[in-house]
Amino acid sequence: MAQRKKSFDWLEAGRTVAAWVVTLLIIFPILFLAMTAFKTELQAIEVPTQWLFKPTLENFLEVQERSDYLLYAKNSLITSIGSTLLGLLIAAPAAYSMAFFRTKRTRDILMWMLSTKFMPAVGALVPIYALAQRSGLLDTTLGLIIVFTLSNLPIMVWMLYSYFRDIPHEILEAARMDGAGVWGEFRYVLVPLGMGGLASTGLLCLVLAWNEAFWALNLTAANAGTLAALIASYSSPEGLFWAKLSAASLLAIAPIVVFGWFSQKQLVQGLTFGAVK
Amino acid sequence: MQQTAAPLDVPRSAAARGTQRSAPRLLPRLLMAPAVTTLFLWMIVPLVMTIYFSLIRYNLMQPGPDEFTGLANFEFFVTDPSFLTSVGNTLLLIGSVIVITVVGGIALALLVNDPFPGRGVVRMLLISPFFIMPTVNALMWKHMMMNPIYGVFAQIAEFFGATPIDFMADWPLLSIIIMVAWQWLPFACLIFITALASMNREQLEAARMDGANYLQQLRFMYLPHMARSIAVVIMIEMIFLLSVFAEIYTTTGGGPGDASTNVAFLIFKQALLNFDAGVASAGALLAVVLANIVAVFLIRMIGKNLD
Repeated sequence: MAQRKKSFDWLEAGRTVAAWVVTLLIIFPILFLAMTAFKTELQAIEVPTQWLFKPTLENFLEVQERSDYLLYAKNSLITSIGSTLLGLLIAAPAAYSMAFFRTKRTRDILMWMLSTKFMPAVGALVPIYALAQRSGLLDTTLGLIIVFTLSNLPIMVWMLYSYFRDIPHEILEAARMDGAGVWGEFRYVLVPLGMGGLASTGLLCLVLAWNEAFWALNLTAANAGTLAALIASYSSPEGLFWAKLSAASLLAIAPIVVFGWFSQKQLVQGLTFGAVK
Repeated sequence: MQQTAAPLDVPRSAAARGTQRSAPRLLPRLLMAPAVTTLFLWMIVPLVMTIYFSLIRYNLMQPGPDEFTGLANFEFFVTDPSFLTSVGNTLLLIGSVIVITVVGGIALALLVNDPFPGRGVVRMLLISPFFIMPTVNALMWKHMMMNPIYGVFAQIAEFFGATPIDFMADWPLLSIIIMVAWQWLPFACLIFITALASMNREQLEAARMDGANYLQQLRFMYLPHMARSIAVVIMIEMIFLLSVFAEIYTTTGGGPGDASTNVAFLIFKQALLNFDAGVASAGALLAVVLANIVAVFLIRMIGKNLD
């Protein structure tokens, strides 16, 4: 018995070490990026890499000065929050309707919605660009909000639907027996019970919109550019600005990564799309 | 997880029929209307415009009257040698990333499945790459990891006396695959961890008692249990991988030559670098067809695991 206990410990120790090593390897590029952000440009490209150095904040100041980081951050915030709220507003009623008034066509509608996601965004680039230009929505945050909302909508409906589907119908029946109207049903039964679903769907949308790069790159210029577009501007081959690139990148990913860490349980639960009970 | 898709459907639709009779039929449609209408417009308006553009001569740099050209744009796009290369690259990219993330994700999930010191922190750190925006992901890998002189990989190679690899020049598609797989591995892994958490411990224990070795446990207990989540992971990744764009745009620019150009990027090149919106639209329609072939294939394959 004692021997068995000991060998079990060895296994656990090995697994612990392996898990930590793999995890650190996976996040190593991010750590490296974060470190480079606090170096001078010269230290940043020093070979071999210096692991101990005197940190500097000058990169962050320069990023703000050179490219007005705060404007891009504001645009990122507005577009991601705006598209998330608008998306929930449209997706929640639809998902509710599909989950509780299921007909033979529900599955087809769902599949159709998802199939619109299978069309690569680039396929719609020319028309959307032309439409945005004609309606004056090119390079505006409102234009981006609309595009982000529409492109996330199928996933939002699907995700909310898989949540609502698992709410027992008996609860709604009971509420109806007690005389709750549609609004009462929604307000007092669905919202509280579906809160988890709304939260995870909202979280996913925030992340997707914050990180969206295709439309942000192609539909914006100086006014409505988001952080994803700002970082792309650092890819121009005008020399190696690793430290500044790192500082700008760190500023762009930090808010959403930290936000993600704290909400990951909720987010992952939602991402299983009801595949895991 | 005692519920599976099929038995779930039966009582539900019966219940739904019940509610349907007692509730007004108008309301459900009204609630669905905003989502269905906006998505329909989002799909049909660009589609119709794309079809129209694909049939005319439409160069962004040479405005003029719309001149009907029949299928010339399609012919141009398909006979362009870049076309087949880009289709191949697209499939290779999607296939490799899905294999890497699903296999790697399962392995990683099994590794961190049982409790160990710091499991919560590991879980939290592991998902980080999923939150990194593609442009940052791409530039970080291109410069700091893969640069042939200053990059970390080059330094490791030098340390072992090997010649550093020039990733962007010699292995452009592989570089993109590494970046994208890195982004999606944690996603797959965390979904699988969640799936494993709902496994029936007693059954596993019983299988172990009966002398099932690890491979047998994997084959007969773990994998069947994860089937649905594997389907979901493949489905989601497929949707996002079909339109990988920013990673290519910010690193290789599709090159050298067409070595790392996927269909999405080829269309982009036609539209905004060659200013040929007509050819780009023809390409876009072909991309839609390709995407639908992939989707049908996919839904056939894993569809029953999805609903």
